[in-house]
Amino acid sequence: MSRLGDLGARLYRGEVGVDFVARRKIWYAVSVLITILAFAGLAVRGLHMGVEFEGGAVFTTPATEISVEEAREVAEEVSGSQALVQTLGDDGSMRIQVSGLDTDQSNATREALAGELGIPTEDLNAEVIGPSWGDQIADKAWRGLIIFLVLVVIYLAIAFEWRMALAALIALIHDITITVGVYALVGFEVTPGTVIGLLTILGYSLYDTVVVFDGLKEQTRDFTKQTRHTYAELANRSLNGTLVRSINTSVVALLPVGALLFIGGGLLGGGMLNDIALSLFVGLTAGAYSSIMIATPLVSDLKSRESAIKAQDRKVLARRAKRDQGDQGDGADAGAVPADDEPVAEGPDEEESDERDAAAPLAAARGASGPRAARRQPPSRSRGRGRPSGKRR
Amino acid sequence: MATPKKGLSRSSQKKGVRSGGAQGRPGRALALILLAMAALVGGMFLSGHTKPRLGIDLAGGTSITLEAVADEGEEDAINATNLNTAVNIIERRVNGLGVSEAEVQTQGDRNIIVNIPKGSDEQQAREQVGTTAELGFRPVLSAASAQPLPEEDTGESTDEPTDEPTDEPSDEPTDEASDEPTDEPTDEATGDGTESENQGLPAPGAATGSATTASHASYRAEGEDEEDPAEGSGDAESDAAAEAAAIQADLDALDCSTEAARLEAGRAAAQAKDEETVVACDAEGVAKYALGPVAVPGTDVTGADAVYDTQLGQGWIVQMEFSDSGAEEFADVTEQLAAQVQPQNQFAIVLDGEVVSAPSVSERLGGGRAEISGSFTQESAEDLANILKYGALPLSFEEASVSTVSATLGGEQLRAGLVAGGIGLGLVVIYMLVYYRGLSLIAIASLIVSSVLTYTIMSLLGPTIGFALNLPAVCGAIVAIGITADSFIVYFERIRDEVRDGRTLRPAVERAWPRARRTILVSDFVSFLAAAVLFVVTVGKVQGFAFTLGLTTLLDVVVVFLFTKPLMTLLARRRFFSGGHPWSGLDPERLGAKPLLRGRRPAPVPVSSDPKEA
Repeated sequence: MSRLGDLGARLYRGEVGVDFVARRKIWYAVSVLITILAFAGLAVRGLHMGVEFEGGAVFTTPATEISVEEAREVAEEVSGSQALVQTLGDDGSMRIQVSGLDTDQSNATREALAGELGIPTEDLNAEVIGPSWGDQIADKAWRGLIIFLVLVVIYLAIAFEWRMALAALIALIHDITITVGVYALVGFEVTPGTVIGLLTILGYSLYDTVVVFDGLKEQTRDFTKQTRHTYAELANRSLNGTLVRSINTSVVALLPVGALLFIGGGLLGGGMLNDIALSLFVGLTAGAYSSIMIATPLVSDLKSRESAIKAQDRKVLARRAKRDQGDQGDGADAGAVPADDEPVAEGPDEEESDERDAAAPLAAARGASGPRAARRQPPSRSRGRGRPSGKRR
Repeated sequence: MATPKKGLSRSSQKKGVRSGGAQGRPGRALALILLAMAALVGGMFLSGHTKPRLGIDLAGGTSITLEAVADEGEEDAINATNLNTAVNIIERRVNGLGVSEAEVQTQGDRNIIVNIPKGSDEQQAREQVGTTAELGFRPVLSAASAQPLPEEDTGESTDEPTDEPTDEPSDEPTDEASDEPTDEPTDEATGDGTESENQGLPAPGAATGSATTASHASYRAEGEDEEDPAEGSGDAESDAAAEAAAIQADLDALDCSTEAARLEAGRAAAQAKDEETVVACDAEGVAKYALGPVAVPGTDVTGADAVYDTQLGQGWIVQMEFSDSGAEEFADVTEQLAAQVQPQNQFAIVLDGEVVSAPSVSERLGGGRAEISGSFTQESAEDLANILKYGALPLSFEEASVSTVSATLGGEQLRAGLVAGGIGLGLVVIYMLVYYRGLSLIAIASLIVSSVLTYTIMSLLGPTIGFALNLPAVCGAIVAIGITADSFIVYFERIRDEVRDGRTLRPAVERAWPRARRTILVSDFVSFLAAAVLFVVTVGKVQGFAFTLGLTTLLDVVVVFLFTKPLMTLLARRRFFSGGHPWSGLDPERLGAKPLLRGRRPAPVPVSSDPKEA
């Protein structure tokens, strides 16, 4: 903890850092791979839709004497469809699931089962679902998803800017794709609970992304007023600065969901709690990954295409090249800087070396402003970056 | 307090640290929220609703979701008005069962949810709710007053004897007959439109009941003689006579004296086909009727309204309109009926095998409009209009899902939810404790405040807006623990960042706030947006989840602004925290704070305010 706190401090100051942004190609590749896998899983295996989507019935018996076999036989005989029977807990209560039934068949099955169990029909818990119900739920879920995405992109575009909104949107779709893919590949059953969980991921995964973006926005507010860091570097630094926060919020979000999953799966042997928790768990994990590995690097990529940012980046790199030359002469001051920045700088350096060459004359032309800025820079050096502008003014 | 602080924009946040302003506020904010809490808790105990109302899946009972299906070509019939009419009717039907506290409400744009608490006859309720209400106009064959009869269980016997004889002689002849000869007269009569008049009260009509029983045969015979002489053979006549005798026997056997018997009778009658003759009770159990085949189905009614008639001084009347085919049929049947004597000049409006009204007819009613007058009160007129309207709804309802939960399972699920919540909360608290140490006390206190607020508001929302806590809602509340705790983490990390920059705690707390506040607001807004969209768009259990999530997100903002922040401000003055005690979670050394560089802006204002307190 204290060591973690220490790490937090060093992350915050930029002393250590994982170079998320520079290695973005790796993350992108990983994500593309996962996405392809997800789609492949979806295409090959498809989703295992629960009774709620196909129509049918789920019966939950109280503690009983009869065996799973007997229950299955009765259910299959009456309904004429395959029944899935599982025991819950130790007291012999069972969940009997028969899909593809219409309401009348379900009722008949229920009565027969209750008769077999020797209990009044009313005591046999039943969930009878007509065939169109699932369509309606799915339909509404899609509509909810689309409306939410549109609203949230608009909101983020206003609160932040459209590039961040776009990146958040991509990260979000990425999370949902992963979750759906996991469901397809593992073969978890998709129920309305899953859909609830999936839709909740929307809000939650964005929470994380918003926390990271907020740091990013703050970090880069004065981007054009400094000449030390490229946008990508700043993005990476803000990402590292918010890393602990981001991990903490994700962990804290996952803890109750984990408890739900544990209880829902363990104590109740499945059902609504479990379904919601499972999809939330998968989605939140994907969300934590994507807000760090995907969203911010994407913003950085998008931003780096902007002409003002591009020009600034060039200026920064040009200045840095100059400084490196003068490094031998100016040891004390510049010494600390590379330690801070070099690991960060490498990636973008390679990436943009072409641009830099092309921009060299341009940077030179602007060189006049360089020294002045440099003089102003050192005092506020590395830590100053973390401050909002208000402070410096 | 949030509002005054909000005024400080980010650019002026430097000034926001002014100690003077920050001093007085935290106490006030804390007092405000504690007062609100006390008021809510007090209100909860005063109102006596100390527990949230539990949904069907936690308390046990049956929940039926009906999905409206529009008739062909009437796709826009699924609208709020029609759904509400349907809700009224279904409520009437369910409550007719003697079910207490059954809840019928619309959900989403095409669903009706019927919640029936445990302890009522689920089977019966489902039958009532699940089947489509059948409205029809049947001519009265004979009527009798409903007197207690020794025999019961007569309902079932009704169907069988009447089945076969009825179909042939009565149905086809009348159909053909009415089509040809009456067509033209109808059109002429149409000219005078609305003019109409009827409704002998059903009850008085019924009083004459037993005396007129014999006339049934004559009605039938007469009808055939007049309208269809070609087919009026002796055969048919004897059939009709036999049928009349059978139905008379049924009518005699029909027991309408008790509510249960009436239900039974109503169900039997409702199951009969349109072409069959039936016996039925009226709604109040005053009279019983033998009824002919459905002359005009309820679906031919296109509209009905209760209006107060000032022109003729008839008081409340019910006007109804028929579709084109309905208008013809109605004109035909009234023409026939008008020629009869009491009670055979009455037609019965039958809803679900129960006679809701049996007005008498004195003339042919053409033109597709009719009004029923009599001793209506406003309420009874509106009731009848509603019933007629229901028949006019081009909707039918399908059972989209039915879930029955026994009280045992409900209790188990509730317990599991609570245990999961407890474990989740415990884990979060432990994590916070380990990671944030002393700071976590603030987080825990905030979580407690948040829980108390959530619980009381949920309890109070039960009676006020009918909020019922269901399993997904519990789930939403548990998930919300994470969201709430996230806000604290955002704030704490900000404070720590400030401390790492070498600030002492009190300025750190104040400087961290505006930035943490923005992050919290933005992310809570997004979370709330998700919940709101879910709530508006989705159906079924998702709504319960969305509601809790939205509620807790709002509460999160309230708690962070009015409780966590002020408490933090207050505690920052304590030595334990401001001195950076190793267990405070704010030890500058552990956080790796670096002293401020000499060249840095010294942030003089907050520093100067420090000694005053410490």
